[in-house]
Amino acid sequence: MLKMRLIPCLDVKDGRVVKGVNFVDLRDAGDPVECARAYDAAGADELCFLDITATHENRGLMFDVIKRTAEQCFMPLTVGGGVRKLEDIRNLLLAGADKVSINSAAVSDRAFVKAAAEKFGSQCIVVAIDAKETSPGKFEIFTHGGRKETGIDAVDFAKEVTSLGAGEILLTSMDRDGTGKGFNIALTRAIADAVSIPVIASGGVGTLDHLVEGIRDGHATAVLAASIFHFGTFKIGEAKAYMQAAGIPMRGVVQ
Amino acid sequence: MTKTVIIDYGSGNLHSAAKAFERAAHDNKIKAQIIVSNRPEDLEKAERIVLPGVGAFKDCRNGLMAIDGMRAALQDQVIVKGKPFLGICVGMQLMATRGVEHEVTPGLGWIAGDVVPIEPADKNLKIPHMGWNTIRPEGQHALLDGILLGDEGLHAYFVHSYHLKPTLPEDLIATADYGGEVTAMAGYDNIVGTQFHPEKSQALGLALIANFLRWRP
Repeated sequence: MLKMRLIPCLDVKDGRVVKGVNFVDLRDAGDPVECARAYDAAGADELCFLDITATHENRGLMFDVIKRTAEQCFMPLTVGGGVRKLEDIRNLLLAGADKVSINSAAVSDRAFVKAAAEKFGSQCIVVAIDAKETSPGKFEIFTHGGRKETGIDAVDFAKEVTSLGAGEILLTSMDRDGTGKGFNIALTRAIADAVSIPVIASGGVGTLDHLVEGIRDGHATAVLAASIFHFGTFKIGEAKAYMQAAGIPMRGVVQ
Repeated sequence: MTKTVIIDYGSGNLHSAAKAFERAAHDNKIKAQIIVSNRPEDLEKAERIVLPGVGAFKDCRNGLMAIDGMRAALQDQVIVKGKPFLGICVGMQLMATRGVEHEVTPGLGWIAGDVVPIEPADKNLKIPHMGWNTIRPEGQHALLDGILLGDEGLHAYFVHSYHLKPTLPEDLIATADYGGEVTAMAGYDNIVGTQFHPEKSQALGLALIANFLRWRP
């Protein structure tokens, strides 16, 4: 039976983890590779790096982070942040990423999604959608960290990128991100039910029940969270056991 | 010292795959040399051959065929000389008679059967089949020795929309359940393929790779 996935996400800036990870046994909690290893050992199903490096000169640092992670963690790794050209995707894949997440560039240039899927295969093209509920049942795409509205309907956009060859959607409830109030379930379900590809729910996780809701009620097949794991509020194994007990099939939970 | 060549034909990153083979060898005290190469002549010197592959069937096939002499070297070393061969993901699919992704494309023709879309009976199931699934062996196979399998067993990481359906039932080595049977492993004699990614499958993957490095078919 296919299991649902729990994916911790690390924000990386200039080769360092932005919000230090609160693990007791790390030598260097700011080193993304150390954090990745800890999550790997803890039973995370995949890892996600979001590169928020602002300057072009420092972007190279990310390649070293990916390379070292891929050498030590034998699990799938998705990398996103600033992916705008086919060359960006190629470089990330060559460094050792298994999947690459495209965000703003997918909104501004749909042909880019198609070209990327044709060139590298749908299996490695994740489209990251940041959306807010602008009125009840109406969901709109926002870019630039949720500051810029686009007027694009999120469900229509999700269907479109699916038909263009995206292999997965990373859906962030922008109106919930950082609030700890849980995913926007109406949004998550509207997108997950509209597309044939897997949807990862993200944004707003504050409790373990939120993870359960994303899958059970939002119909996502994976859930992504950052803060609750980084700050040590919950452990990966604890979260997976909780989800399993709630009836969600998870991997690596001791019965 | 067992020399293993991972064939580099421009299909994705092979650095982490090579690292997984090195780790599996190290953890199991197998003396192994892992070489990533695009040179047909390196297959002659190898004791074992690995064909990885990600992306579309046709692109992978074209990439492989674009290397002068690679097809002939593979045929000679794997089919004629009988060296242990492992195909991974599209590298496994390429062993089929043909693939039907986008258009009908001939494969290496080593395993009778087509590479066809997976069609789960439950239409709510997502395509690609992506994530961790358990696998069920169809019989004994050396690559699965000592690995806990079945519903309560270890998991393998899958990401694919197509699978190889062998014409001969005896070529099917293991399956996964995804709204019906999906081919997880196929092969015979000295050739074997995994639809899942052993290099991304943590404990199950490293154990399978170690078994491959020790395999004497």
